Amino acid sequence: MARGGSRLMLVLGLAAAAALLVGLYTGLVRAPADAVQGEVQRIMYLHVPTVLVAYLAFTVVFVGSVGYLLTRREGWDILAHASAELGVLFTALTIAAGAIWGKPTWGAWWTWDARITTTAILLLIYLGYLMLRAAVEDQTRGARYAAVVGILGFLDIPIIHKSVEWWRTLHQPSSLARGAIDPVLLFPLWLNITAFALLYAFLLAQRMELGRLEAELTRRRLEE
Amino acid sequence: MGRIWAVARKDLLTEGRSKETLNGLLFFAALVLLVFGFALGPDPARLSQAASGVLWVGFILTGMLGLTRAFQAERENECLEGLLLYPGDRGALYLGKLLGNMVFMLALEVAVFPCFAFFYNMALWDALPGLLLTAALGTVGFAAVGTLFAAMTMHLRAREVLFPLLLLPFVVPVLLAAVKATEAFLRGAGRTEAFPWLVLLALFDLVFVTVSLFAFEWVVEE
Repeated sequence: MARGGSRLMLVLGLAAAAALLVGLYTGLVRAPADAVQGEVQRIMYLHVPTVLVAYLAFTVVFVGSVGYLLTRREGWDILAHASAELGVLFTALTIAAGAIWGKPTWGAWWTWDARITTTAILLLIYLGYLMLRAAVEDQTRGARYAAVVGILGFLDIPIIHKSVEWWRTLHQPSSLARGAIDPVLLFPLWLNITAFALLYAFLLAQRMELGRLEAELTRRRLEE
Repeated sequence: MGRIWAVARKDLLTEGRSKETLNGLLFFAALVLLVFGFALGPDPARLSQAASGVLWVGFILTGMLGLTRAFQAERENECLEGLLLYPGDRGALYLGKLLGNMVFMLALEVAVFPCFAFFYNMALWDALPGLLLTAALGTVGFAAVGTLFAAMTMHLRAREVLFPLLLLPFVVPVLLAAVKATEAFLRGAGRTEAFPWLVLLALFDLVFVTVSLFAFEWVVEE
């Protein structure tokens, strides 16, 4: 298992690295600058992929949490935990990139816009998830608690989004969903989305392997 | 049904006899209103603009303290373990705790309204039915998630920090909707403007009471 696993990991890692290199080169160097926003628009090639990957990661947390509570197999829990960490990482990157873009474009690092605020709340929910995990000493109990938060958090996302949207909206609606992006810019964007998805898959596989080893270590310690 | 009522009655009776939490929290809520008054300054226009937000921050902070207290008694004498030993549905235990917490919080909120009217110079009488409806809907959702998370964190050493940290981001929709609805009712525009927010609150309540009911089983199982 370890052999085949590490070979797959190597392939995945190389693919992610290659795709990122090509994607970032195309996006940051080759693609033409935006007609209105200029060079600063290139942050889109980072901002959009990271936020999509973050949503993917939190969906995986939900799937892993449901899977764990139904089957009680450790693997589901390891999947959910690994994906939650990556989700937090990518959400933080999204907010950081958004702030860097927002300063020259809107004139402020932070605005109380619907989607930005929703993303920040998401970050807080899953930070809470991770802190809860760290605080519970008993492994299976921690896994159960975390799964409950993983499920509730996911169900809360649409409600939070709706409420914040009614409350305030300034962010441009998703250009990707509206089809408002010129193909010249769209191609590098999709390239980068693929690259970041591969990066996520690679990091997830790594983190899950680590999770399995950690669980194994705890088990052996207990046996001694 | 009988079991739900028995659990809620036990909690309310204990509180009703000692009244120590209720008195303390009532004082705390009034203090929050007062402290925000200092923080915002005495300008009446600004105060009345911020009033509904202040009111709900007060409710939520007080509610959080109350929820922590509600499970402290269960922890100290391992009462929850005793309750769990009873055969039958654990969902009734959750609903009972929820009902107890809700009644307690609502009682507090009703008592805070006069303080609010007093400090913030609000004419509450006409808006009262709307305000009470908003308070009731908001309290159900807040207490639904809060009761579940309080049960989850009660055995942890870091519970004082973790509990608010987990709960607050979850109840952002409750806070937003309740503040907006309260604001609309205070302006006298409640009938039209508050409606979508009340629907949102009701939806939140429905989703989280149902899900927490299932989730409680997973939280307390050994």
